[in-house]
Amino acid sequence: MLTFALKRLGLAVLVALTVSAVSFSLLYLSGDPASAMAGESATSADIEALRRLYGFDRPFLVQYADWLFSALQGDFGQSYYFKLPVSQLIADRLSITMLLGVCGISFALVTAIPLGVAAAVRPNSFIDRTALFISVMGQALPSFWFGLVLIVIFSIQLNWLPPSGSGSWKNFIMPTVVLGYYAMPAIMRLTRAGMLEVLNADYIRTARAKGAGEWRVMFKHALRNAVVPVVSLAAVQMGFMLGGSIVVESIFALHGAGYLAWESIGRNDLPTVQALILVFAGFYIVFTFLSDLANAWLDPRIRVG
Amino acid sequence: MSEEPILAVEGLTIDIPMAQGTLHAVRGIDFELNRGETLCIVGESGSGKSLTSLAVMGLLPKRLECAARKLAFRGTELQGLPASAMRQLRGNRMAMIFQEPMTSLNPAYTIGDQLAEALLLHRRVSKAEARARAVELLGKVGITAAGSRLSQYPHQLSGGLRQRVMIAMALMCEPELVIADEPTTALDVTIQAQILRLLVDLQREMNMAMILVTHDLGVVARVADKVAVMYAGEVVEQGTAKEIFGHPSHPYTQGLLRCIPVPGRTKPGEHLGSIPGIVPSLIGKVEGCAFRTRCDLAESACAKPVPIHRTQGGHAWRCIHSRTKKADTERMPA
Amino acid sequence: MARDIDTLAEEIQGPSPAAILRRRVFGHYGLLFGATALLVIVALAVLAPLLAGHDPYAQSLVARMKPPFWMEGSDPNHLLGTDHLGRDYLARLLYGARISLAIGLIAALISGLIGTTMGVAAGYFGGRVDLVVTFLVNVRLAMPVVLVALAVVAVLGGSLQVVIVVLGFLLWDRFAVVMRSSTLQVRGLEYVNAAKAIGCSTRRIILSEIMPNILNNLIVVMTLEMAHAILLEAALSFLGLGVQPPTPSWGLMISEGKQMMLFEPWVIAIPGVALFILVLAINLLGDGLRDITAPENRS
Repeated sequence: MLTFALKRLGLAVLVALTVSAVSFSLLYLSGDPASAMAGESATSADIEALRRLYGFDRPFLVQYADWLFSALQGDFGQSYYFKLPVSQLIADRLSITMLLGVCGISFALVTAIPLGVAAAVRPNSFIDRTALFISVMGQALPSFWFGLVLIVIFSIQLNWLPPSGSGSWKNFIMPTVVLGYYAMPAIMRLTRAGMLEVLNADYIRTARAKGAGEWRVMFKHALRNAVVPVVSLAAVQMGFMLGGSIVVESIFALHGAGYLAWESIGRNDLPTVQALILVFAGFYIVFTFLSDLANAWLDPRIRVG
Repeated sequence: MSEEPILAVEGLTIDIPMAQGTLHAVRGIDFELNRGETLCIVGESGSGKSLTSLAVMGLLPKRLECAARKLAFRGTELQGLPASAMRQLRGNRMAMIFQEPMTSLNPAYTIGDQLAEALLLHRRVSKAEARARAVELLGKVGITAAGSRLSQYPHQLSGGLRQRVMIAMALMCEPELVIADEPTTALDVTIQAQILRLLVDLQREMNMAMILVTHDLGVVARVADKVAVMYAGEVVEQGTAKEIFGHPSHPYTQGLLRCIPVPGRTKPGEHLGSIPGIVPSLIGKVEGCAFRTRCDLAESACAKPVPIHRTQGGHAWRCIHSRTKKADTERMPA
Repeated sequence: MARDIDTLAEEIQGPSPAAILRRRVFGHYGLLFGATALLVIVALAVLAPLLAGHDPYAQSLVARMKPPFWMEGSDPNHLLGTDHLGRDYLARLLYGARISLAIGLIAALISGLIGTTMGVAAGYFGGRVDLVVTFLVNVRLAMPVVLVALAVVAVLGGSLQVVIVVLGFLLWDRFAVVMRSSTLQVRGLEYVNAAKAIGCSTRRIILSEIMPNILNNLIVVMTLEMAHAILLEAALSFLGLGVQPPTPSWGLMISEGKQMMLFEPWVIAIPGVALFILVLAINLLGDGLRDITAPENRS
């Protein structure tokens, strides 16, 4: 188990480093970050000054090494637009995004797992078809449009929920539903497929032969085994969701890290964008790492070598 | 008055609805089993023997249709019994051992948990008592260092050990009836004999009734009190082991017996028997003798309903011939 | 007479593979719906210049915010009404379909080429190649797609070509994963060993022994990624950092309608429903193709 964890950790670090290199270099695609920053009205002297100020005149690798070294110490540089340290900016905004992510994944799990189990227990029944319908709809629904529709219905027509802001828990209901509904179909399908497979397993018949009741068979013997891949998927989805929070936060004007990303991209605020890409990637890497550990722990075939 | 039989089955039928029509997998079989007896159900795969044992346990998949004139455990009719009452019996007074030890144990729980569960479901005992019983039974099925095995997971055990665990699990509540569905098929040949020996010893020691489903006539010859030979969903012949091996009366039984070598009688280079042809489809209406397409003695009468011949001793076979001319195959396999 | 022989043959040998396929296709309502809807949308997009009746870019100050036909005060000249600049909504919707389809198709082709190459190489050669590909897939999955796409499009400028290429370079992960495992499955089969045994070149084995047998999986992933790319383009354009105005992208239409949705919800409803139906159709087609080519995967 320990060797597994260490190997997995090594991989995670390597992935994180590669992501940092890719995201750092991506933003030099345009060729000259200084002129991109300065905007269209800037003179060549302005651009030259900016270039020197931010060290864009140094070799690319030196810039990257410098940036990475500072980033490891939690220093992502100054935001061009907000004139604040990027790390402080992100730290201020992250709590809203995290809250949203946790609410979203909880919503997805709480709806998807029971639905998936119910669908698997009675394949081709009404509930199975309903679950399939919901998941097919969910996969085709553009989340930004779904958000707008919710605003039109619940904020404008019914006036039940506030359309924007983050002042009260009511502000989080619609974003949670939009974000959760995005992750739900995949989790539901995997739960259903996993349960279908597990319910056909010989050990389920053994449990029945022992005289275990249906609920016990379902939850103690079947779900325990079917849930293992669902844990991984939920972690992956959680990572995707944080990355996708940019859409949801911009619709509902929730001033989280996703909203910050949107603002910064629109303002060519390179250091902030680079840092945010790295932070979101970091979350994904940490979640998948933790879920692999959780999986290893849930599955004795990995835990007890 | 004699004791109520442990199990009495009369006219058991199992139908499988399929897209192409109904598959009549088991068609009207009867048997009876008393305390301490071993009944061997013999037949090739697809003959309905596993379905029959699952039907007794009430473990048939829901989409199968199962009916019988009588399906009684110690005089209690099992058909129509509420699910909760059936659960009270399962694992408690009747238990089952499955064919696939590799996949029949839940990979997520320890051996100890799974053994203890069998007892905890049916007896008001503490967890510690249940584990103590588990250790006792693991010892009984010949697992050394039983105490330390409790915390192991199924994947850490070999197939033979897992099947021993399955046997121990089936015996946790001292059932009156054990159904073993090809318990040794998936194991190495050397292990097969050990497991079988163990089952038979435990059965005698605990005075249980046992149904042993197998396609291995060698096994049958060694352990059976009674034998039921199944072919294409019917019991074509049944009787005591002595009668079946001494006077096989159905052409199918005779064919089966010709397929096994007998030490001292089968000469080197001699060809063993085989039964040509394939099992007929059981989809749709099945009439007459199902074996007639492969039988040397088939006549036009075989397409009509087939009579059952019975002797005084309870030996019965389903054939138009009262005792076929080929009844000279009196060969007892070792 | 021919029919009699067919039925007879079917009774003896069971249905022919073509007959089985036909039965599966016509018994699968999701597939039928998806294929039909997609065909209709493709036809509408192709015939847009004939059907639209208006220039999707032509503004008209006097004909702004005309409601669609089911509402009061609608103009029979503008069936789906007009937007805030007086442009015909039906024309913009039809031309928008071209954009969505082009983006979906080309982005899926680019990412399919990248991902399939990587996946097949990883699955076929195994070892180090596999390690590297698996690692790259991990890296790719860790990168937040929307954020990276937005940032790159912002740096390079939001044109249709840039959006297509960026999406194409971002969405290859599923191709790589699926093609890798499909290749792994096929690689060990007898006919591949047989091809090796008679001395076929690696190139030949991959192209003529492996590819045809993983093609159905490739097509399924292709449809799903096409839908994915269409949704992403719409999201990017909605956020103002994808395709730029005045291009009639559906995402952009929703974004532009956002200001008006308080009073005129139909301005976001029309492009939204169009987007939904297109993505639904492609997904249903993909799911359906998977079901009929690998029916054992479905219960």
